[in-house]
Amino acid sequence: MAIKERNHLQDIHATHDVHVIKNGLVDIPMLQLLDAQGNLLSQELDLWDEQTALRIFKSMHYIRILDERMVSAQRQGRISFYLACTGEEASVIASTAALSNADMVMTQYREQGVLAYRGYRTEQFMNQLLSNALDPNKGRQMPIHYGDKALNFMTVSSPLGTQIPQAAGYAYGQKMAGEAALTICYFGEGAASEGDFHAGLNMAAVLHCPVIFFCRNNGYAISTPAHEQFAGDGIASRGIGYGVNTIRVDGNDPLAVYLATLKAREIALTDNCPVLIEAMTYRLAAHSTSDDPASYRAKSEEQEWQFKDPIVRMQRHLQQQGWFDQTHIDEYCTTQRAEILQALKTAEVKPKTDISEIVTDVYQDIPAHLARQRDELIAHIKLHRKHYPATIMSNKD
Amino acid sequence: MAHMNLLQAINHALVTAMSADDRVMVLGEDVGHFGGVFRATSELQAKFGQARCFNTPITEQGIIGFATGLAAQGQVPVAEIQFADYIFPAFDQIVNETAKYSYRSGGQFNCGNLTIRTPYGGGIAGGHYHSQSPEAFFTHIPGIKVVIPSNPYYAKGLLLAAIRDPDPVLFMEPKRIYRAAVGEVPEDDYTLPIGRAHVVQEGADITLVAWGAQVSIIQKAAAMAEAEGISCAVIDLCSLLPWDVNTVCASVKRTGRLLINHEAPITSGFASEIAATVQGECFLYLEAPIQRVCGLDTPFPLIHEKEYMPDEHKTLAAIKYAVHF
Repeated sequence: MAIKERNHLQDIHATHDVHVIKNGLVDIPMLQLLDAQGNLLSQELDLWDEQTALRIFKSMHYIRILDERMVSAQRQGRISFYLACTGEEASVIASTAALSNADMVMTQYREQGVLAYRGYRTEQFMNQLLSNALDPNKGRQMPIHYGDKALNFMTVSSPLGTQIPQAAGYAYGQKMAGEAALTICYFGEGAASEGDFHAGLNMAAVLHCPVIFFCRNNGYAISTPAHEQFAGDGIASRGIGYGVNTIRVDGNDPLAVYLATLKAREIALTDNCPVLIEAMTYRLAAHSTSDDPASYRAKSEEQEWQFKDPIVRMQRHLQQQGWFDQTHIDEYCTTQRAEILQALKTAEVKPKTDISEIVTDVYQDIPAHLARQRDELIAHIKLHRKHYPATIMSNKD
Repeated sequence: MAHMNLLQAINHALVTAMSADDRVMVLGEDVGHFGGVFRATSELQAKFGQARCFNTPITEQGIIGFATGLAAQGQVPVAEIQFADYIFPAFDQIVNETAKYSYRSGGQFNCGNLTIRTPYGGGIAGGHYHSQSPEAFFTHIPGIKVVIPSNPYYAKGLLLAAIRDPDPVLFMEPKRIYRAAVGEVPEDDYTLPIGRAHVVQEGADITLVAWGAQVSIIQKAAAMAEAEGISCAVIDLCSLLPWDVNTVCASVKRTGRLLINHEAPITSGFASEIAATVQGECFLYLEAPIQRVCGLDTPFPLIHEKEYMPDEHKTLAAIKYAVHF
């Protein structure tokens, strides 16, 4: 549909006072639909159905369990690195639930909940985390850098914010191809300081891209608190500046996240435009297994947020709706815990990627210089096998 | 003298510089209260205050642009880029701004007080984005200097030299040996000359050149070669721009052979520059083709890190090839 273009001369009215628009003048509210007890805060809602709510709830539990198990696996030296989503499960999972599986997802690196909700299997998580040959990324990237074409989940890259303009471009492509799908792009409030954030939002707005920018404002970028990251009113205030429709939501309220994302999707696809969602949440986890938050934030602050645990809030809501079955969820968690441990053991002993793959996928065809480098490397390893005992050379020797 | 690792030597150099000159300021992601993800800036904020050691938002282009302006004003910024893999958003600032400030203004303005510190290199299971060695990109930019220490003594002396150098300096820190490289470091203020290589050991048969963490690799290879009766000269280049042509060429004229080792991909790596210069300067002295033992021309792979690295075994094989050529 046609969008009314703002005319930058006609739409500006003159003033004859020295008119200073004060910082903080615009008050951006936060959508909240469940209180801490799980009570509905609005009666005029098109509530979700029981099945969707339970699927979200289970995925939240699954990710909580997966994260706990994998952090301890890292402590035991079984995986090299891990990054937990603890505290942010509602933001990630309830937003995914509002999408179509055809929608492309571009994440930062803390959004494993998207995959869980879309049906990524435990063994698939493990193959990536253990960097074995069954990982579709061939073990080339650090743990948690998932990527799955079948689930429309773009492979994760560590540099911050780079996916933001890419999401605008991908969404533009979806529009041009006539797809009834959009792109959602997740990132943290720290990544929103990168130049790519500003470029991405601006381009998406100017070029009318059907994209949802989903910011997890979780309070910390490694050790840096949000107040050292930006001085304005969060990330939401920037959307308005770029001409992007914006919603701020309580990121620990799954129902609010779900309905906000549903609305954002409708707007983005109907009007062919970007929507920014800022989810106010808290990184209960360390930044990663290489980090210890004890050196930069107070335990009392963490405890305050533990009271706002999104899983607890969701459970209370389900109880109020009469949808909660303690025995069922206990069984689910027990089964998942066991399955994760078993899958970890299985993935650990799977072979690693063959050495010949070291030069594949750099280009679509292997150029002569890379073929030569591969051959020289393999010849060297064959000659000095005892120094490379772990190298897999399945088709050689 | 104090016994310290490379990270402590860097921290010591920063404390020394900040104590000696109030204009020295440290900025970057998480460098404040937290002391940086590797703790290189530990305690600086407590010692010198938040105005002189501060966290920045996550914006590398912002950090370097800001630091360039700060330097132009006359302050002495030491900007940290958390990993060299993340320096690229700042590439425009470095290439088009930092490096050209002086030249484009006919010397009226300059940001020579700027030092950019960044950890680089592989061997820490860091995959594509915590392992790269992008030094060669920065040797292709007239107007900045590139310095890489290989041990704590050189780290402190060269970082102090970089901070006080009249030109902008990119100071790249080999993070693999941040804690592994230990040695005696003077507690006093001292500098080591930028642009001068360090001859680690003399040798008769071949000259081995490396920088950063790879110096210890060529030292290992030299020891293995010695056991087979081959005498290697070992040179730590210390500075890539400007680099010490005289020291390298003098050694090659004695040994007749040269091997250069770096982690970065071989194509257009800095070994190419050294090889081209040395064949020009030492053509009639060379008894074997110049050997380059480098990373492959692929992104840095997590699972094949060991095979990717130009290790001592590959180095030894190339030494023997050159000696028996």
